[in-house]
Amino acid sequence: MSVAADLDWTALSVCIFFFALVTVMGFGASRWQKGTADHAHLDEWGLGGRNFGTWITWFLVGGDFYTAYTVIAVPAQVFAIGAQGFFALPYTIVVYPIVFAIMPRLWTFAQRHGHVTAADVVYGRYGSRGLELAVALTGLLATMPYIALQLVGMEVVIKALGLTGELPLIAAFAILALYTYSAGLRAPALIAFVKDIMIYIVVLVAVAFIPYKLGGYGAVFDAAGQAFAQKPPTPPSGLTLKASQYWPYATLALGSALAAFMYPHTLTGIFASKSANTIRKNAILLPAYTLLLGLIALLGYMAQAAGVKPATPNDTVPTLFRTLFPGWFAGFAFAAVAIGALVPAAVMSIGAANLFTRNVWKAYVNPGVTHAGEAQVAKITSLLVKLGALLFILFAPVQYALDLQLLGGLWILQTFPAVVFGLFFNWFRAPALLLGWAVGFLGGSFIAYTDGLKPLHTVVIGGANYTVYVGLLAVLANIVVAAIANVALRATGTGTARTAQGL
Amino acid sequence: MWVLLLLPFIGLLWVPFYNTATPALFGFPFFYWYQLAWVPITAVLTWIVYRSAGHGDEP
Repeated sequence: MSVAADLDWTALSVCIFFFALVTVMGFGASRWQKGTADHAHLDEWGLGGRNFGTWITWFLVGGDFYTAYTVIAVPAQVFAIGAQGFFALPYTIVVYPIVFAIMPRLWTFAQRHGHVTAADVVYGRYGSRGLELAVALTGLLATMPYIALQLVGMEVVIKALGLTGELPLIAAFAILALYTYSAGLRAPALIAFVKDIMIYIVVLVAVAFIPYKLGGYGAVFDAAGQAFAQKPPTPPSGLTLKASQYWPYATLALGSALAAFMYPHTLTGIFASKSANTIRKNAILLPAYTLLLGLIALLGYMAQAAGVKPATPNDTVPTLFRTLFPGWFAGFAFAAVAIGALVPAAVMSIGAANLFTRNVWKAYVNPGVTHAGEAQVAKITSLLVKLGALLFILFAPVQYALDLQLLGGLWILQTFPAVVFGLFFNWFRAPALLLGWAVGFLGGSFIAYTDGLKPLHTVVIGGANYTVYVGLLAVLANIVVAAIANVALRATGTGTARTAQGL
Repeated sequence: MWVLLLLPFIGLLWVPFYNTATPALFGFPFFYWYQLAWVPITAVLTWIVYRSAGHGDEP
């Protein structure tokens, strides 16, 4: 590690203080919220004992769904292209009616049968090892690049503090790996309290103080509008959308909302809840974070108005904070973002570890594994998953992580029919859903790949062009193929499982 | 009552309806404050569905 000339000691000290605080909390978390239950059980390590009430779940899911990468990337997009970057807002609004309608049912089914992962639920419902494996591998594949992106978020603030080299990142991740290993889901659940409160403070101060310095919100929007007017017409940018952006905006919002709670990390927060009603209450209370996200997005315009010139779009927020805030508050804000990366990274690695343990290890390697054995396999897997993500960030171009995360959203969306439909009706059979998944997964990946790894694809219907989110197209194909195949299966009387669990 | 949960989808996914700068509110162009307003509206709609389904008395 070398020290850059512009190292801000005040900011760095504040940042290290908060990092040390959450490290102590992380290691102490194994004793928190612990009942009389045996700790050597996957329900304990991987789901915190399935006992998180409304407030813990609110902090945990809030801390885990609105990631550090969001805090960096959403304002970066808004800074670069304006209104189109704002689709994160409708996305994180419509996601909650979806959560309210689906997730209490999923929780109830999982709790009744002791399921820990989405793939468990699918195996329980359909008795199909093939469909279970498809859901499990999709979850693992989609989560890995997502963890890597949290590291990108952390790297950006480490750079903003004036530190260079990879050592701070490696140290931060090693500490995270160790306390996740020892305390399981309780560690990020406890740290989420600190992280979320810090982020709320940072954002509320920023959205009051920065516009005050820049002459009010009207002035901020005017300045951003003028900045966009100077930009070339492609890619389209501006304070409102161009007509060509209507479909992309709406389909990205809807597709992302459908995919959001299919990820292992968000589902882990659902499975860890105490009751179905805990989830319903959270569907009402979690939008508070969406309001925060909307305000975070506006930091992109504040950066325009402040005339900040970030080296890359991802440096927008750190550069803005360093320019306008005193060192100690910038340090506090950077600590909030760095800790904001730890919570989702921990929950993601736990969700991935649960999937591997239950749906690969137990299903194929050692079906007779004990509860203690499951917890041990999961703990080691969580270490390996984090190590993989770290190596990826250190040795592969960042663009790979971005591309894979984009594909990850498309992939995870393809598990929606398999995971959700069975919670509502008995009509679908496993082979049909598996075929639909394969078509959506492979077809969607192929289209995205041939489009140069862009999330949008243009389809021509009746001579008119519609540019839509490729993940949503793929899941439509997935559902249509599954439905047709299912009609065929039912007509021939095949494809029923012998061991399916009732709702 | 469940139909109330569809309103945010209509309000937010029909983009041309709100893709304008005016009327502005507190300096926010319509596009921004309209979408931000849907955050509390959606929470309240969900709460109404929650109450009407009788979940308010569950643990």
